[in-house]
Amino acid sequence: MDKFTVLTAVAAPLPEENIDTDKIIPARFLKTTKRSGLGVHAFDSMRYRPDGTENPDFVLNQEPYRKAEILITYDNLGCGSSREHAPWALLDFGIRCVIAPSFADIFNNNCFKNGILPIALPREVCTQLMDDARQGANSRLTVDLARQVIIRPDGQEVPFDVDPLRKQLLLEGLDDIGQTLQHEKAITTFEQRRAQAQPWIPHIVLD
Amino acid sequence: MAPRTLFDKIWDSHVVETLPDSTAILYIDRHLVHEVTSPQAFEGLRLSGRRLRHPDATIAVVDHNVPTSDRTLPIEEADSRNQIETLERNVKEFGVPYFPLLSARQGIVHVVGPEQGISLPGMTIVCGDSHTSTHGAMGALAFGIGTSEVEHVMATQTILQKPAKNMKVVVEGQVGPGVTAKDIMLAIIGHIGTAGGTGHVIEFAGSAIRELDMAGRMTLCNMSIEAGARAGLVAPDETTFEYVRGRPFAPKGEAFDEAVAYWKTLASDEGAHYDRVVELRAEDITPVLTWGTSPETVIPVTGNVPDPAAEADPARRRQMQRMLDYMGLEAGQKIAGTPVDVVFIGSCTNSRIEDLRAAASIAAGRKVAPGVRAMIVPGSGIVKAQAEEEGLDKVFLEAGFEWREAGCSMCLGMNPDRLTPGQRCASTSNRNFEGRQGPGGRTHLLSPAMAAAAAVTGTLTDVRELI
Repeated sequence: MDKFTVLTAVAAPLPEENIDTDKIIPARFLKTTKRSGLGVHAFDSMRYRPDGTENPDFVLNQEPYRKAEILITYDNLGCGSSREHAPWALLDFGIRCVIAPSFADIFNNNCFKNGILPIALPREVCTQLMDDARQGANSRLTVDLARQVIIRPDGQEVPFDVDPLRKQLLLEGLDDIGQTLQHEKAITTFEQRRAQAQPWIPHIVLD
Repeated sequence: MAPRTLFDKIWDSHVVETLPDSTAILYIDRHLVHEVTSPQAFEGLRLSGRRLRHPDATIAVVDHNVPTSDRTLPIEEADSRNQIETLERNVKEFGVPYFPLLSARQGIVHVVGPEQGISLPGMTIVCGDSHTSTHGAMGALAFGIGTSEVEHVMATQTILQKPAKNMKVVVEGQVGPGVTAKDIMLAIIGHIGTAGGTGHVIEFAGSAIRELDMAGRMTLCNMSIEAGARAGLVAPDETTFEYVRGRPFAPKGEAFDEAVAYWKTLASDEGAHYDRVVELRAEDITPVLTWGTSPETVIPVTGNVPDPAAEADPARRRQMQRMLDYMGLEAGQKIAGTPVDVVFIGSCTNSRIEDLRAAASIAAGRKVAPGVRAMIVPGSGIVKAQAEEEGLDKVFLEAGFEWREAGCSMCLGMNPDRLTPGQRCASTSNRNFEGRQGPGGRTHLLSPAMAAAAAVTGTLTDVRELI
């Protein structure tokens, strides 16, 4: 996983609520056994017309947003399916930070696991940032994770909250399996205690 | 000790360790694996040289990609075949118990788990699929995870999570005729919205919930995710214990009695704290369906499609208008009487034997309307066999329904069962998102009985006119 420290980038405004993970990456593209290569299908139904050509009205088909690394939407971004293909598709497109008033829980988790920073901010602040973003290439936003601020094009700083543990993992680009395995002794002790207290818990063994 | 909720009790009994920022290392009892969200996780284990810690707490099955037609034929779509073959290689390499395509026990993972007695009360259950919430009907804490977390569970048998907030949805009273668990759940989602449960685990309570059979409780918990919740729960009771008794992987004999004694301690304590409580009267719930492309767009089948002009917020107004355009509906029109092209009865929401019985009771002695394609997709090979034993297959076939093999089928548009652009579908599945059942497809979510009513009349219909 790539580290996330300071990101200065073009932000794309997508002023919609309840953008579901089917919309971010439709199920027919989930047949891959890899994590990479999904960017071309990100937002497929919004990005392409039925004949396969680009829809010029869609923000990510417009300059400078083709190179957007920040995406700003309204409430409940990433609702629906748990598919991690959604953040994989965003990441493969180039998105490293998503900003919205709220995120669906699983999508929020999945972003952190892939080096994408989800930032929750009040709806009116998201609207302001979308206005900034609409000014195009000359109005990049800077996201400083260590300081937990977004720096607007006029220099104004917008503070945001982030879970301390997740912040640390993002800043260092760490895989959390390795971290959990440092607690392996505690896991083993837990298993032993449980096997004694609840010996009836069955093991799944097929004949 | 302060009074605790069912969620608190299951949570507390699974915390291995609490990290400094209150994130818990939470022990996982059951890991359900399917072909779509696991290949990258197995690959991750392989690349890091890690083992799968507990194959005996893991079960794999193929469901999302599989065709629901003749199983003896090869799978035509190359990338689907590849994903299934990849799972078969992986379960072999890592020693994971597996129900293959031709096994009688194959089916939708969320039907198979409870049916086999793999999902039990008081457990923590995860799967790389959001509808894992289904297993909450057993009185288990069950939630969907992403593929990175799938790998984490494989390697550590734990997950990192912060405790959820407690929400209680109470439905008291007795539902009227034609009103099912699906109608209750859609009514709840319509009431609290698709983000209404975000950050919460919903415990369903009240007399109308207690009255539900296990299949109905699974329907409720299944769609907790459509209400934005992390999980849904129903406290285990006699209905649960009777359901579990004798299932292949459930505890037997004295072990079963010991388990029941423990399960009886799980119900929420008197006076336990909930962060949010929502109450609905069962008598107020009618047969419902969705009109738009979000599961919260719920209206009574006797109702009219809403008018965006009544919405004050411009962004929301635009979004409503886009839903109407996508769905091919007019503001203010009556929803009943709208013609349908396809009827889909199946999915992890509504493909259990009880669902098929409800649909068959409407289909019996009637015919599928001309020009309508109506499909019945049982949730598992076991459900299919049971239905055939009861003669339901004949009822459906005589009425002109297709009788298919078990799988996710037309719920998600990733196997050959898909809508074509513009087709309108009465569907017992769980999501009506744009393109969910196939690009350009139009989905109305409803109960199995309502779906059967749509099949035989050819239009969205109030099922009460047919009972």
